Amino acid sequence: MNIPYTVEERPDTGLTNGKFGIWLFLASEVMLFGALFSSYILLRVGAEEWPHGELSVPLGTINTIILISSSMTMVMAWASLKMHNWGKHRLYLSLTLLLSAIFLGIKYVEYSEHFGKGEGPWFNNFFALYFTLTGLHALHIICGMVVMLYFLGPGAKLWKANPDQFTNRIEATGLYWHFVDLVWIFLFPVLYLL
Amino acid sequence: MHASDSAAVQQSVRRYITVFVSLMIFTVITVAASRFHFAVPIAITIALIIAAMKGSMVGTVFMHLSHEKQAIYGTLLLTFVFFIVLLFVPLLTVLDRLHF
Repeated sequence: MNIPYTVEERPDTGLTNGKFGIWLFLASEVMLFGALFSSYILLRVGAEEWPHGELSVPLGTINTIILISSSMTMVMAWASLKMHNWGKHRLYLSLTLLLSAIFLGIKYVEYSEHFGKGEGPWFNNFFALYFTLTGLHALHIICGMVVMLYFLGPGAKLWKANPDQFTNRIEATGLYWHFVDLVWIFLFPVLYLL
Repeated sequence: MHASDSAAVQQSVRRYITVFVSLMIFTVITVAASRFHFAVPIAITIALIIAAMKGSMVGTVFMHLSHEKQAIYGTLLLTFVFFIVLLFVPLLTVLDRLHF
């Protein structure tokens, strides 16, 4: 049995089921990160003193640039499919994967440095929030990488069988990826600069 | 693919590049602004305004929210309302300490 409305739009929503589904998922993600941001505000407002300058701003800035660049390559991977340029799509999706791996590599360096100094999540409220927020974010990066690997590997076969459905799947992946970028855009100033 | 479709995507690509450059510039501004030692409330306001601007660019252009269907706008509006409620829920824990 075929899954309905993967390519054609539903008459009631005007959207494919996949696209509406990913937006509903992102809405739940807003609430997940929102709860943690809410905890941050409560702890920060209630604290008499708040640590400042504990994190490496240069590394945080580099990671911000990397993640924004990966959003660009991701949207280009989708645009390339729209222009039926399979080679460029593969190139941009591979670049996105590479950038996300570099992001995680830098995060590993940061984490190692803090754990080396005994500054784990148990150290104080700031580090508890830092590891929870960035750890959850890193988990999202890993999930995105798994999806990208799938579309570079076995999932790529769909392009020949049903190019429109494949393009829609890449669009949904892109929406997820841009959301992960968007979360980092707020995490960076909140944790590294303020 | 129709030639008009291709032209529309090409136009979108130019917009993506513009947003990408803007996001980079705003990132530099965010870091530069943090070097000035503003009072904490001002520093937080500046950083969050810039982050909101960057976020709206990602949302409207990269996530195509500038031209989406009503169902998505409705979902996001509902999410926004609940998000705001969620942000203020912790205040309930300190209400007993407030004196009017």
